[in-house]
Amino acid sequence: MNSRMIETGRGTKVHVLDAGSGEPLVFMHGAGGLFPENPFLDQLAQHYHVFAPEFPGFGESTGEALLEDMLDFALHGWDVVHELGLTKPHIVGHSMGGMIAAEMAALTPNDISKLVLVASAGLWLPEHPIPDIFSFLPHEFAQYLFHDRSQGEAMLTGGLDLKNPEALKEFYIGNSRRLSMAGKILFPVPNRRLSKRLYRLSAPTLLVWGESDALIPPVYAERFKAQIANAEIVEIEKAGHMLPYEQPEEFVRAVTTFLR
Amino acid sequence: MKFTWFNLMPWPSLPDNFREKHHSVWVDIPNTLYDPNKGHFVYHEYMDQLEYADSLGYDGIGVNEHHQNGYGLMPSPNIIAAGLARRTSQAALAVIGNSLALYNPPLRVAEEFAMLDVISGGRLLAGFPVGTSMDTNYCYGQIPGLTRDKYAEAHDLVMRAWHEEEPFAFDGKYNQLRYVNLWPKPIQKPNPPIYIPGGGSVETWDFCLDNDYNYSYLSFTGYLRGKKLLDGYWDRVAARGKDESPYRAAFAQTICVADTDQQAEEMYAEHVSYFYNRCLHVHGGFADAPGYRTVKTLKADVLNALSEEMQSLFPNLTWKELVDEGYIIAGSPATVRERMEALIKSLRVGHIFCLIHIGNMPDWKTRYSTKLFAEQVMPHLRDMWPEWKDDNRWWCKPLDERLQPETGIEQARQDARMPL
Repeated sequence: MNSRMIETGRGTKVHVLDAGSGEPLVFMHGAGGLFPENPFLDQLAQHYHVFAPEFPGFGESTGEALLEDMLDFALHGWDVVHELGLTKPHIVGHSMGGMIAAEMAALTPNDISKLVLVASAGLWLPEHPIPDIFSFLPHEFAQYLFHDRSQGEAMLTGGLDLKNPEALKEFYIGNSRRLSMAGKILFPVPNRRLSKRLYRLSAPTLLVWGESDALIPPVYAERFKAQIANAEIVEIEKAGHMLPYEQPEEFVRAVTTFLR
Repeated sequence: MKFTWFNLMPWPSLPDNFREKHHSVWVDIPNTLYDPNKGHFVYHEYMDQLEYADSLGYDGIGVNEHHQNGYGLMPSPNIIAAGLARRTSQAALAVIGNSLALYNPPLRVAEEFAMLDVISGGRLLAGFPVGTSMDTNYCYGQIPGLTRDKYAEAHDLVMRAWHEEEPFAFDGKYNQLRYVNLWPKPIQKPNPPIYIPGGGSVETWDFCLDNDYNYSYLSFTGYLRGKKLLDGYWDRVAARGKDESPYRAAFAQTICVADTDQQAEEMYAEHVSYFYNRCLHVHGGFADAPGYRTVKTLKADVLNALSEEMQSLFPNLTWKELVDEGYIIAGSPATVRERMEALIKSLRVGHIFCLIHIGNMPDWKTRYSTKLFAEQVMPHLRDMWPEWKDDNRWWCKPLDERLQPETGIEQARQDARMPL
């Protein structure tokens, strides 16, 4: 994919990957950021012009201090879209990125073609509390994020061996930087009252969930569906919270079928 | 030298299998382990000990703030300090401290500290910790990446509230107040001495030096491990061109005194083990919420809180290991004196927070050790910094004429009398 830096009006410096051609599709990553390999983006780029910006605090993007609360994050999302010169893109948001995408849609519902929320954060069901990712030890993430824990661990660490102290330190610092930003909208309870605003969403919306999501379980898809006027659910087998990485073909099929 | 007798107020009845059976002593410790009826006696025993330390001539008596913590039973140290203010009249009241970012508005801290200063006749030492990640982020829900910013704003608000003499409006990011107007205000002018407990970030050192606050290193790992950190602090002091008064720094040290080294082990080993091997069982994932420390500090820091091994930060340390590696200073008065001298010199500290009640130590042993230290150790360490002996910048300045508790109690017992 192509790689470039853009600067938003607010002053954040944003690293953006892009590839493909056709209708614009913006992918917003989750609290773990983009992994080194993102095969599902390459596959989506066979159908769309895919843009994958990294939020400040993730990868090469900076300007963390400029984003402090939910409104900042949502407006930042639109700032990136405008800076890229896109009109009425499809927006696909995963986990934290889904929460931001939904907030963007609530702000300006007519500026989105179609919306895809993938294992999205943003709601809180007291009877289904979402585990506290902010208190996980490095080795505890995989069990909540992946259907297949051992494969997931390798993806999470990018092949780093967490038993090696230097590798562990690198993972720890990177994780701390990413989750520090994510914490501004997800800590201590990942709920910034999005549910009060979901009635504003008007774009057709797809809710894609991994069947064995142990972080934000599929019951959350049902709640999103109940609150969004025009939404449908697709569940993917043998996939956990990180379904775009775990089942890229199935994930891309679900998204392209919906966007078609 | 100034010696402050500190009580962390641990719960003394954690089960033997606590470490194996429970996730963490802090944050999510089951509150079924706490028995309030027993707690009644525990609080009074601990407060009695603090008053006892005052009677023995310790310069200060100290309390601190922790939440949801099996070894720290003071969610509000101010309540304990208020009790102590009424029953002591000499020692400084070291409240180390109130975590500013947790109070909404933090003016509450300015008010309560002012009350304590006034009730105690100007004996308050005011601590402003950022607060541990366990307390601040996990127990009190503060967003880690914004905690320091919120703390900084709270600090500015409290200091302005103490200093200004007219009502003012405060338009902060986290606090908006139309009429800040402190009633009451503290006795000590311009404010009580400020103590900043820190864990080694350069930002905190600079914050202390910018404002001439005391930097307090409060850990349980002892002076050998503390050396590296305090060397860093003193390098920073020199780099900033500040004077090197040892009273700029305080250090907390676990101390056990008995008649002989052998007796110290016999008397105190089980309680020290209770503390190090049971009370300090903290889930590693609570130690450092992402964003609580800056990336800059993380990169500079020795990352001791990593991997699955974090779970066993203090893995069943023996008495010998604890003594040899300097976690604790223990033994006869002569041994303790010698090691305290080494500590004071090597760390260049003017304030010691003496951790003498340890873990589940019974009252009589606590008093035994406390008294031996006061009578046979402390006097020998008093004048270790003769060239700085008049440096009282970081000590309280009480009223010369203030109420004595004995008098107060006597008067309280009198029946109402018409003034003649």
